[in-house]
This record gives sequence, structure tokens and C-alpha cells, in this order.
Amino acid sequence: MSASSLAGLRAGGHWPAALGRPVAVFGILGTLLIAIAMVAATIGAAGIPFGRLMAALGVTAGDPAFVGRDGLVLWSIRLPRIVLAVVIGGLLAAAGTIMQGLFRNPLADPGLVGVSSGGALAAAATIVLGDRLLAASGVTLPVAVLPFAAFIGSLITTTLLYRFATREGRTSIATFLLGGLAIAALAGAGIGLLVFLADDRQLRDITFWMLGSLGGATWAKVEATAPFLAVIVIALPFVARGLDLLVLGEAEAFYGGISVERLKLIGIVLVAAATGAAVSVSGVIGFVGIIVPHLLRLSIGPGHRLLLPASVLFGGALLLVADTVARVIAAPAELPIGIVTALIGAPFFLGLLLKQRSLLGL
Amino acid sequence: MPAVEASAISVRIGASTLLHDVSLSLEAGTTVAVVGPNGAGKSTLLRTLAGELKPSSGTVRLKGRRISSYSAGALALHRAVLSQSISVAFPFTVADIVRMGAGERAGPAVAALVEAALAEVDLEGFRDRIIMTLSGGEQQRAQFARILVQVACGEAAQGPGVLLLDEPTASLDLRHQLDVLEIARRCAARGVTVVAILHDLNLAALFAERVIVLDRGHIAGDGPPSETITDAILEDVFGVAGAVGRAAAGLPTVLPHAARPAGRDKSSPAGGAHH
Repeated sequence: MSASSLAGLRAGGHWPAALGRPVAVFGILGTLLIAIAMVAATIGAAGIPFGRLMAALGVTAGDPAFVGRDGLVLWSIRLPRIVLAVVIGGLLAAAGTIMQGLFRNPLADPGLVGVSSGGALAAAATIVLGDRLLAASGVTLPVAVLPFAAFIGSLITTTLLYRFATREGRTSIATFLLGGLAIAALAGAGIGLLVFLADDRQLRDITFWMLGSLGGATWAKVEATAPFLAVIVIALPFVARGLDLLVLGEAEAFYGGISVERLKLIGIVLVAAATGAAVSVSGVIGFVGIIVPHLLRLSIGPGHRLLLPASVLFGGALLLVADTVARVIAAPAELPIGIVTALIGAPFFLGLLLKQRSLLGL
Repeated sequence: MPAVEASAISVRIGASTLLHDVSLSLEAGTTVAVVGPNGAGKSTLLRTLAGELKPSSGTVRLKGRRISSYSAGALALHRAVLSQSISVAFPFTVADIVRMGAGERAGPAVAALVEAALAEVDLEGFRDRIIMTLSGGEQQRAQFARILVQVACGEAAQGPGVLLLDEPTASLDLRHQLDVLEIARRCAARGVTVVAILHDLNLAALFAERVIVLDRGHIAGDGPPSETITDAILEDVFGVAGAVGRAAAGLPTVLPHAARPAGRDKSSPAGGAHH
């Protein structure tokens, strides 16, 4: 601690110290995402080879025999689905990463601990009860209402979970996972009750939540969820340093200058907003929030400043891969995407659990 | 103006009173050791002085201003706290952890501070190691380096502040115990007020200009080591008799070899020299 280093500090010097690494990380992840999106766009019931893809996008001039049909498939079916997968993947991964930072626990995932179920319950309640309330007036429920309903449901479950698992600034991992299990079961029971009350059309809508699917992607759904992603991406830099310091514990974060209560409040709202928005259009898709931050921590380190935005990009890429697999593996039928992510994610989670056993005291 | 001033602070949690009507005033640049038996309220006192714990009654002032009127961010520039055992949830490197002490600041000045702090705690070769792979004592030193960076940043922004250490020597070997206290003393020489909870009374006598003896939430002794680490207070507070000797320079030394259990009714609800 020499006097000269103190003087240098006074002179200032703020963040962009190592700009090289973020640029490389975002460059690689962005390229990966675009490459996967290109491949996903060419694959499907109506195959569009790469050359025709460029023509259909209007980049090159193509054979007019194909351009019209390809354009229709691309713009009204495939692109909305690709964009939606990227948005939902980004939302889920952001929710998982923030949640893990808040709970100081790499096993946290909104799908696993009932936050998604809470959102799904609220969305299902809105479909069934909202329909009944609106039936008299003859108005149909607008799509944009569902993300907000699911957000409220996720917010309630996240807050409950936090209250439940945290005592005197310490979060018990065991209480957290078991409490989450119970909350998920409770929300499941609530959804069961709604299924019981639902009519045939509502039943179809609700079943879709429980499986998790990106089928039926439309630009309207993209429009309903993309603003949530935009808000979350904008908010990420404001929670990054707090989440870094929170890794040391709540008291240490406070000693380090973080207003912990405010950080927790913002964090919980972000988790709920991300999860709620994702759940409201795609149902419960688990494990994205676990796999993405874990793999990224291994490659770029645990610092949230880089980890949070990288999670959004990598989550989008990963869910797009999973959705493309779900579309083609059993063609012409389609596998619910929740099954694909669970098949990859559950063994991954078990592996992590095995490594973390000592932390849980098991 | 004292750096830290506590007036009649009491901390009650549930039915138990952890601190009872404690008042103290610390001048800038002093080294203070807080000693006392387990459960005496030492950590509670430290957390209250740090602004983390709100006293049930009484006020804490930091540099003349009520501590509750500082925002968390401003407070971090005036006082730094080293907690006892810190578990890190994610695989940060030692350098990452130490850099956290600098807050939003970055750049070559911070990099130099981080290197200097790592050198001070004797962890230069560990900068890229994952913190969880270090031994308990090494992790504690890494956390101390983080606090040193925070103290230096605070000093640059607001002048010398307050450094609170909760058993900084607990998991360290003898050499590093002495190192840590020496570093803390050097901070004090620059004007930083250092308060350290210490269990080893010899280290306390060696390190501190002023020793505060806590017993069941009360201040049982407050003054230079020669007046506070005495047979009378040790017998009264710790329940051991005849353990104090005199080393060179008149500093008291505590010899467990010479100690014998003192007769004292441990079950009495409140006792100590203040009564």
C-alpha cells in the first residue's frame, strides 16, 4: 500500500480495465448463437437448404419458385419459434444465474424449486378463472396478460422460498431444496384443481404448460416476452457487483458497501419476471438455469459482471438446440422440449449434487 | 472528534441482553483489543460498531456522525470489517476475492493495491488459485488482503477510517498471527483506528494500546494492557487466578502454566468488576 498507489487510485480509473475478455466472450457466444439459429432455420418438416435460406431472408436473389413458399415458412413458422426459443432460453438462464447468486447455491433453478410452478399456477388460474370472469362481457383474454400473471405467481413463490430458506442472513441449501420441492408440489396441486374446473379448451391450454413446449410460437408471443428480456438485460449490470460480494455472505456484502436488502429485492423481482415471462408462453422448462451458469463458470469464471450477460446468450443458444432436437428427433411428431432439457439436465444436476454433497451435510 | 463513539448501547435479542449499556470512545489511530470469555458479547459489539446490528438503545457514531445515517456504500469507505470465517459459494480466484475490496474501482492502481495486499499477507504465489482449494488459514489471509484493499480505497477517498477485525488470528500459525497484527498496527500508524477481537491475551497485550475486557455484555475493564490484563480482572472475568507475569517493557504476560481455576459462581446472572 504505497503512497503512490493511493495517489493513482485517487486519480480515478473505472471499469473498462480488461475490455478484451468480455469482447472475446460475447463474440464467441454471439457467433455460436447465430450459427445455431442458421442451422435451426434450415431444419424442419419443410427443409430449406442454406442457399434458399439466404434467398428467403432477402439476402440474395433466389429461385422465385421457392422464395415465396420458403419465405412464408420462415417468417411465419420458423423464425418466430427460433426467436422465442432464444428469448425464453435467455430468460431462464438469467433467472437461474441470478437465483444461484441470491441463494449462494449452484443448485438453484427456478424450474426445480417451484418458482416456475408458481408462475404456471398463476397463468393457469388466469386462463380458467379469467375466462369465466370475462365470459359475461364477451372479451377474450389478451396474450399479454399471461406473462404478468405468471410474474406475480413467480414473485410470490420466490419470496416465500426466500423467507423459508433464509434465517439470520444464512441460506440453508437443504431447506431451500426441500422447501422448493414442497412449494412445487403445492403449486402442482393447485394446477390439478384448476384442471378439474377447466373446460376442454382450457384443459388443452393448461396441459401445454405442464409439458413445456415452444410449439405454437407466434410473433405475438415474442412481443409479449421480449420486453421482459430487455428490462432484465438492462438491469443486470446493476446487480452484478452485489451478487459478487454476496458470494461471501450477507454481512460481508454489507461491509463491502452493498445495500443487501435492496439487492435481494431487485434480485427476487428479476428472477420472478424472467421466470414468469418464460413460463407464460412456454410452460415449465427445467434445468436450463442450472446447466448454463455452471458451464459458463467453468469456462469464464464466476464473476457476475460477465457471467450474467453471457448466461443470456448461452441460455438462448442452448434452448434453441434443445428445441431443434425436440422438433426433429421424432418427426413428424414433436417432443415436448421440457423432456429434452430434463433428459440432459437431470443427470447434470445429479452430478452437481454428488459434488456438493458435503455442503448439504449428506 | 473520536473515530468511533458508542453511547450507552444495549443489544437485546429476544429475552437475552447481549450488550448492556456499553459506552466507549476511540480516538483515531488507536489499536484496541477486545477480550473476554466466550459469549461475552465481543462479536455483538463489533457488529454493532460496524453498523450491521442496530442497537436496541443507545447510538453509535462514526467520525461524529450517527452510523445509521450512512448508506451502505458510504459506510464501506469509512470502515472495513474482517469476519471470522467466510465461506465462498463459487469458485473465485484469490485475486478476484481481493479485488472485491476495491468496489467499483478498477485499473492499474487497483491492480497494484491487490498485488501489494497479497504480498503483505504472504500470498503472492496464490493469486490465481481457486479460493476454496486453500487451507483455512490461507483463506483467512486472502480475506484479510481484501479488507486491506478496502481500507486503502476508503483512505484514498475519505481519509483513514476504522478497521474492525473479528478474531483475525484464529486459524493462523504463529508467524502469520504476528504478521497480521503487525499489518494492523501499520494501518493504525497511518491513522486508521483498529479494533480487534483477540482470544490470546498475550497477543492482545503485545498488539493493543488499549484493551477492552467484556464480560456478559458489560465492560469489565478498559485501559492499557498493564491495567486491564491483571490478576484481579482475569480472576473476575475468566475465572483463572495467578496467571499474569511481567515480561520486558512492563507488558503483562499470561502463563496458563501458572494458572489455577479461581473460585467463582459461574451461574450468577451478572457479575464483573463494574459492580
